[in-house]
Amino acid sequence: MSAVEKISQPPARKVDWNWLGIAPFFLFAIVFLFLPSLSIFYRSFQANDGSLTFDNIIALFTVRDIINAYKTSLTISLITAVGGAIFGFLLAYAVVLGGLPRGIRTFMSTFSGVASNFAGVPLAFAFIATMGNAGLVTRWIEGIFNISTRELGFSIYNMWGLSIVYMYFQFPLMVLIMAPALDGLRREWREACENLGGNSYHYWRYVAFPILMPSLLGTMILLFGNAFGAYATAYAFSGSFINLVTILIGAQIQGDVLYNPGLGNALALGMIFIMGMCMAGYAWMQQRAARWLR
Amino acid sequence: MKKINIWAWIVLLIGMVYFFLPLISTLEFSMKMIKDRYTFEAFRVAFTDRAFFEHFGYSVLWALLTIFFSTLLVVPTAYWVHWKLPKARPYVEFVTLMPFVVPAVVLTFGLIRLYGRPPILLIGSPILLIAGYIVLSLPYMFRAVDTGLRSIDVRTLTEAALSLGAGWGTILTKVIFPNLRVAILSGVFLTFAIVMGEFTFASLLAWPAFGPYMEEIGSMRAYTPQALSLVSFLLTWASIGLLQWIGRGRVQEQVAGAH
Repeated sequence: MSAVEKISQPPARKVDWNWLGIAPFFLFAIVFLFLPSLSIFYRSFQANDGSLTFDNIIALFTVRDIINAYKTSLTISLITAVGGAIFGFLLAYAVVLGGLPRGIRTFMSTFSGVASNFAGVPLAFAFIATMGNAGLVTRWIEGIFNISTRELGFSIYNMWGLSIVYMYFQFPLMVLIMAPALDGLRREWREACENLGGNSYHYWRYVAFPILMPSLLGTMILLFGNAFGAYATAYAFSGSFINLVTILIGAQIQGDVLYNPGLGNALALGMIFIMGMCMAGYAWMQQRAARWLR
Repeated sequence: MKKINIWAWIVLLIGMVYFFLPLISTLEFSMKMIKDRYTFEAFRVAFTDRAFFEHFGYSVLWALLTIFFSTLLVVPTAYWVHWKLPKARPYVEFVTLMPFVVPAVVLTFGLIRLYGRPPILLIGSPILLIAGYIVLSLPYMFRAVDTGLRSIDVRTLTEAALSLGAGWGTILTKVIFPNLRVAILSGVFLTFAIVMGEFTFASLLAWPAFGPYMEEIGSMRAYTPQALSLVSFLLTWASIGLLQWIGRGRVQEQVAGAH
């Protein structure tokens, strides 16, 4: 550390030395981020005896438990990304352009900030208290319709129940990101559209929507990744009832449930791959969004 | 316009129901500990459990350690990028976004497999836990500090300090840090909120913390877990509230500056 400081102390002419100023940061990233990720990659292609193999990667597409886990994870992510994006957009639109009192906007941005960070164990408990077997909403429904949800075989500890829980942190995130984007729509654009004889439909179809599209899609991808990587909420909500990829990896850490360490690594690698694609897609969309909205 | 207004109110109403119903349910549920009566008994039970304070204390400790090291790592780096190395920005930004690519559970998996057995055995100390939390905090910390640095003239300030004979330590602690106080604080509050409720790292790395404690109570008892989740919610609310409150002045300044 001190050696680094000594070298970078004089305002060096050679640009190369300046890179040493951020060396500690990259050292940290290498040790605690890149090496672990690389080891996952490396060990995915390693058989139990240490030789090179593609069996683990092939197993991702052939072992039923793993395919199911990926299917469930992807489905929940898709449902909550699309659902969260649509409802979040409507809410952001209502708050920014819907002519609601100004105070509501401030309140909404605070609440969205809180709700998008309110995940994990407490969120799971809150929803168990809401729609679990003895939850408030469950009792209301039972009281109104005079039925027992339990007798109907109805359960919230499935994919749809978990999707409802995830929505709690998904759509506030959409509100947080879309509100500034909606602010960026300039009045002049609408006026220009009207001057050219366009109505509200034309404005949204040919002006506002194409401009907002990259932000919308980008945020949707972000929401997708957000749900895909979630572990704590699902774990606390349903234990291991719902077979998600993250749950499976967690189980693999606590005990080799797949009876194959290499397979665990491949499972994690698949996750990194999908999340990486999401981030790349998000970054690309962000770039496109920046063209019009600044 | 009037039609839009009604429609906006309906959407807002649905949003509010979604926001508040789980919170109201949680409160109602937590107050039912004694049969046929609403009491705060669950809160009393939760707060008289010594384990609660122990685990809560551990989480506070982890949060403070994370904040300390994260600030130490991010502020000089972001400062250096602004002052000397603008072209390194994409690489630094890339690293700060990595927690979105490598989810907590995957990172834990990689860390345990790599450092959980000889030759490098880090599992006995909380190094991996804090490192994981620092990684989680990177996007928020870096973005906050980066925004702060944008609003001050790093070059002039540094050159002025240098020509007055200040060393790098003095510049960082007496010139840059004080100017970034608001920016750093907003990163700090968010990090605090995240670490206090965090479950994945603490649970899988087997360190005591508030998140795993809540989960454990949840599998053993009814009512008290709901009381604890309200505590957790209030904590998040307080952190984010403080964050937006201290951030407010800065935003207004920026708007004023743009005019």
